[in-house]
Amino acid sequence: MFEITLNLAGKEIVIPETIVNVYIVAIILIIFAVVVNRKIKKTNPNDIPSGLLNVVEVAVELVQTLVKQNMGEKQIWFTPYIFTLASFLLVSNLFGLLGFTPPTSDYNVTLSLALITFTLTQFYGIKNNGIGGYLKGFFDPLPFLLPLNILGELANPISLSFRLFGNILSGVIIMSLIYNALGLISPLITPVLHAYFDVFAGILQTFIFSMLTMIFIGGNFDN
Amino acid sequence: MLQGITSEAFILGCSAIGAGLAMIAGIGPGIGQGNAAGQGAAAVGRQPEAQAEITRTMLLGQAVAETTGIYGLVIAIILLFVRPLLTAYLELGL
Repeated sequence: MFEITLNLAGKEIVIPETIVNVYIVAIILIIFAVVVNRKIKKTNPNDIPSGLLNVVEVAVELVQTLVKQNMGEKQIWFTPYIFTLASFLLVSNLFGLLGFTPPTSDYNVTLSLALITFTLTQFYGIKNNGIGGYLKGFFDPLPFLLPLNILGELANPISLSFRLFGNILSGVIIMSLIYNALGLISPLITPVLHAYFDVFAGILQTFIFSMLTMIFIGGNFDN
Repeated sequence: MLQGITSEAFILGCSAIGAGLAMIAGIGPGIGQGNAAGQGAAAVGRQPEAQAEITRTMLLGQAVAETTGIYGLVIAIILLFVRPLLTAYLELGL
């Protein structure tokens, strides 16, 4: 919907719509976090939670259970990152319902998220196994499989980012085709497509991206 | 050059055919995901109490099986919207 054109020293810099939408999503999430933080500080921890806090508590507990199951009991401190990732992806994927282009339909966004996962995976691989153990992992189970192992490791961020990008972008393309083809009568048909592509695929891809992130990173910890 | 068709139009048409052919890759993930869903349904039938666990594993497996289909989709999208072949032809400057 919006595109920002900056003029810096005579050069025009165009910030595409999807990147502007990332900022909007970030602002929404920051406001949400501040509101929840204030509410939590005001409440008595012994009370039964109600309203918004109840919903937040259910969401946090859900993510905590998933982290415990996939990364092990000791890696519970990973919950904040996974929760941030999941909430960002959820809001971005559902952004199409409001008429915005979902930020995740831009490959820049999904690739950077996948690269964060990749970096964390390699970092914890080196930290937990030592540099020797990390390199030895590439020679498993047989030494001549080294190129395959390296390729397999490099394919993870690519497939992770393309999976999210392809799912969301295909929804955006199909819906824009329908909107253009049917014109004024398109609102009769598009709600079903929005329900499938935005809500169903959006929530499913959020879940899958966070799950795979947990599995990739958690594979480096011995449970 | 074919009669009555400019080279640019020919390249665009061929790119569209290529995009359609790339989407044949959708067959594989379709079969794979259906197979996974069928096995998941059978597993729920055997162990209804483990339904949550089975559904989670099934969805994850399906997402990974989908990867090849997504690669085909990405190639189709690149052929249709980024048009690398047309750019390459124009850069030749024939």
